[in-house]
Amino acid sequence: MTDVAHAADRRDLAWWVDRAVQVLVLAGGLSAIVFIAGIFVFITREGAGFVFDRFDFREFFFSPRWTPTSSHNPTYGALALIAGTASVTGLAMVVSVPFSLGAAIYIGEFATGRVRETLKVLVELLAAIPSVVWGFIGLSIMNPLIIQIFDVPIGLNVLNSGIILGLMAAPIMTTIAEDALKAVPDTYREAAEAMGATRWQVTFKVVLPAARNGLVAATLLGVGRGFGETMAVLMASGHSINLPTSPFDSVRALTATIAAELGETAAGSDHYQALFTLGIFLFLVTFAINFAADVFVRGGQRKHRRRGRRPAASANP
Amino acid sequence: MTSPAPEIAAGDYAVEVEDLAIRYHGKPALSGVTFQVQRNEIFGIIGPANSGKTSFLRAINRMDLMTAGMEVSGSVRVEGRDVRSWRNPYALRQRIGVVFPLPVGLPLTIYDNVALSSRLRGTRRKADLDVIVERCLRRAALWDEVKDRLDSLGSLLSGGQQQRLTIARALSQDPSILLLDEFSIAVDPVTTMRIEEVLAELKSEMTIVLVTNLVQQARRLAARTAFFLTGELVEVTETEAMFEGGAQDPRTTAYVEGKFG
Repeated sequence: MTDVAHAADRRDLAWWVDRAVQVLVLAGGLSAIVFIAGIFVFITREGAGFVFDRFDFREFFFSPRWTPTSSHNPTYGALALIAGTASVTGLAMVVSVPFSLGAAIYIGEFATGRVRETLKVLVELLAAIPSVVWGFIGLSIMNPLIIQIFDVPIGLNVLNSGIILGLMAAPIMTTIAEDALKAVPDTYREAAEAMGATRWQVTFKVVLPAARNGLVAATLLGVGRGFGETMAVLMASGHSINLPTSPFDSVRALTATIAAELGETAAGSDHYQALFTLGIFLFLVTFAINFAADVFVRGGQRKHRRRGRRPAASANP
Repeated sequence: MTSPAPEIAAGDYAVEVEDLAIRYHGKPALSGVTFQVQRNEIFGIIGPANSGKTSFLRAINRMDLMTAGMEVSGSVRVEGRDVRSWRNPYALRQRIGVVFPLPVGLPLTIYDNVALSSRLRGTRRKADLDVIVERCLRRAALWDEVKDRLDSLGSLLSGGQQQRLTIARALSQDPSILLLDEFSIAVDPVTTMRIEEVLAELKSEMTIVLVTNLVQQARRLAARTAFFLTGELVEVTETEAMFEGGAQDPRTTAYVEGKFG
């Protein structure tokens, strides 16, 4: 008997493959963490000199004067840049949330068969359009259109870049929101429809509340996308330092500032380090937004898991 | 067990099925079904898996509209009217309560689960809803267990409680017909007995079609029972007779005696 057991207890090929795969996967996971930490360390190091020596909290956050190239008195007030990014992102969300929620609800709840599949592919295709193409659309189509419709001198402004950014963020938000709707079990829909609820009532009263966390996460990821977008905003926003008071004001975004100015600076100079400080700020904000989205998604999952677990003992077929 | 009245006027039928056939993507699931369900009757439907029981229920409340590839031919009349002549199928479904095999507590509070149907129909006043919610939960034998936590999620109740919540929700529709599809599959025996008592009481107010995988459950509750087998109606017989060897078809006798299925 024991001989049989001893003979069976061998580390065979399956055992070694399993071990090797575990190591490989662990290495993959660790490398992702290493890279992200590395990026953070790099931008922090490049910006560190400025943060510790020149950084003036009040100037950075409350002064709109960003004149790093001034020869006698360079100033590093990021308020106008932060306001530029915030106003463009804010308008972008106003544009993209209704579009993406509407599209996700249509694709997820109303469209069927080929229409649905076609739309999904189209939306994913939209998400793959390079941002420079969007910027080009802002520059060459939206710009004259805005000048013509609103009779303003320049069409490169908050309105233009907000719309462009909103359209850019909408596809990815649609995809994530649709995933959230798809995660709502069909039994909920069927139960509500059997009660005589219309399709819209099922969607509004049952599906949307059940998917709420995922929908919030989709919106937050869209905000993160808008915050970090560079090229399209650079091209469509007018790129002039301004505290915007109307959608027709040109603004400059944090990201666009880094992209436009970094090539002109001497490595290690105050200006160079100040741009990396903007980078640190962007990194922290984007990280916070993504973290919040993650918390929401997890909140939703936990609810589903709990929902699944407790009745599951008796409810599984 | 009540035996059917000897003579029944046509309008006294709650459900009349004539030459019903159901196909999924052209593949037949049920065919040639003809029988009537009387008002205020508990009508049992038994049969092994894939015999077409659930498809039959889906045809009654027009779930074929939302099931891709499901085609229904023949006629199903509910309270004398062909279900396919309803211009507003949502209104038809409101008159028919459905209880599914696995309990579906919607991810709403217990209160909102039961108030949903009334709200969909436009009842807004809190006082009215309170009355409806309490009445339906009491009739589903759940009130005492949940009255202190109506604001907690219905989907977090235990399986047996969720199934009673589902029944309360169906009752809140004030249905004239209640369809139950193997309601006890995920429910413990004690809760099953409680629900069976509830159903026996409800019979005076509505017609109940009870699809069940437990032949003894049909025997306990149903006055008459239909036996479905592989997409075909074998027979409709008074339930007691069916169990006492009075079935018209030997397959029925074999099934209720547990020889297959």
